[in-house]
Amino acid sequence: MHPAPSVIVFTVLSGMGFGFLACLGAGLVGVEGWAAFWVWGLGYGLALAGLVSSAFHLGNPQRALLAFTQWRTSWLSREAVLSVAALLVLAPMALSDWLGLGFPRVIGWLGAVLAVASVAATGMIYAQIRAVPRWHHWVTPVLFLGFAVSGGLILSGHARSAALACLGLVVLLRVAFRLGDGQFARAGQTMGTATGLVGEVSVFEWPHTGDNYLLREMIHVVGRRHAARLRLIAVGLAGLVPAVVLVMVPSFAGIFVAATAHLAGAFAARWLFFAEAEHVVGLYYGRR
Amino acid sequence: MTALPPPSKVKLGLVIDLDTCVGCHACVTACKGWNDQGYGVPLSDQDPYGASPSGTFLNRVHSYQVQPAEGPAQIVNFPRSCLHCEDAPCVTVCPTGASYKRAEDGIVLVNEDACIGCGLCAWACPYGAREMDAAAGVMKKCTLCVDRIYNENLPEEDREPACVRTCPTGARHFGDLGDPSSAVSQLVAARGGFDLLPDLGTRPVNKYLPTRKKDVRREASLLAPLLDLKATGFAGWLDRMLGKI
Repeated sequence: MHPAPSVIVFTVLSGMGFGFLACLGAGLVGVEGWAAFWVWGLGYGLALAGLVSSAFHLGNPQRALLAFTQWRTSWLSREAVLSVAALLVLAPMALSDWLGLGFPRVIGWLGAVLAVASVAATGMIYAQIRAVPRWHHWVTPVLFLGFAVSGGLILSGHARSAALACLGLVVLLRVAFRLGDGQFARAGQTMGTATGLVGEVSVFEWPHTGDNYLLREMIHVVGRRHAARLRLIAVGLAGLVPAVVLVMVPSFAGIFVAATAHLAGAFAARWLFFAEAEHVVGLYYGRR
Repeated sequence: MTALPPPSKVKLGLVIDLDTCVGCHACVTACKGWNDQGYGVPLSDQDPYGASPSGTFLNRVHSYQVQPAEGPAQIVNFPRSCLHCEDAPCVTVCPTGASYKRAEDGIVLVNEDACIGCGLCAWACPYGAREMDAAAGVMKKCTLCVDRIYNENLPEEDREPACVRTCPTGARHFGDLGDPSSAVSQLVAARGGFDLLPDLGTRPVNKYLPTRKKDVRREASLLAPLLDLKATGFAGWLDRMLGKI
């Protein structure tokens, strides 16, 4: 699959943003006054930057409001509804923390649930697609949640639990890589099942000599050469480095370094998530 | 609504005969020609006369080499387009309701006025049947020529999809696959029509007909006894001499 920068930026930033907003909503960060203004601002900034970035992926973003209508069937629509609901429900909690209004924390809890649900919905957008066997697995939404939880806890400054979450993410990433590598074979689809032809099937001629949408979008095979190295970078930067830094340097500088490393690792992991995913339509072209 | 309608009685679709298709791409051209000026925005091309042309097509013809367990290899031409699936995954993923399946005849269509061009339906389709139009930013797909098949302004014989109408070898058939007595359903039953990627649970309406068994080439000619000629004269002498060396 084509690793579109807009979608990678969207899923990484909004994932971390909603993770942090969930922590703030749950009251894990005990701040008030202008400190609260800045931390809530950071959470909203990440989430909104991601959502704005997603619009760059659309052919006709002026109709984006229609994407809130089909929540009964579409995970993409559910994600849109849940993310906006989370941002709206958390707004009074943010104001209350900033201005000391003393609103009940239950509002924050509700917002935190919505924020986590919106990250899960993002994962389900990919996990629901049977045509991409690597994604069509429970580990996909769990991985998205793992990034949101670890990213949110790092920003919350809870060094001990954030380090544990980062180590959990390391395990989760390894599991996702291992499971994902066998998924296409497990789906059992071949050029034979794709064409229904009996015998040894091979491509004689493509339908077109030039490029097309399918090749650009779904049969994108660029950059898999460095996959093994990128996996190490993703696991190291997203999980190991922040875990070590948070325990060794329990200060604001430590949080800053851990968050930066985690974000870089998350970008590498998300790039791989797309670049390594193979769509069954590639079978028609004799390519994956 | 992007919820699938209850299964329709009428299931309009295509039956494609892989034995008869000669891979001429006339269906591709006819499809592009009709749909360039019919339903929805035109099918745009990018850099059509330049170094790297690319364009939007609703129908593509692949060619495969098939090596059976016994006998010589065959070339099979393989047209690929939307199969108008009964459990169409492209419909339910759509966030805006632009992608839908018609309750009355099962045709899967895109309401381009509601399409935001997110591309998720194309990801969900295992068959590569949908292509995003790079100029208009909306998803294009086979409409089963919905603007021909019910069009009373056209002569009756033209009220079928452009690809079917143009096919010079009669490899493409159009009809109601929900009616077991229809010509297409009987053709599927008689020839053992099959689904593409049946394990993915899409339940395609379109069917493909397999290649027929080819005649086996005889090793010896029927005229063999008559052909067992002995060379005489100089040729006979040369034959004997060369055999002795």
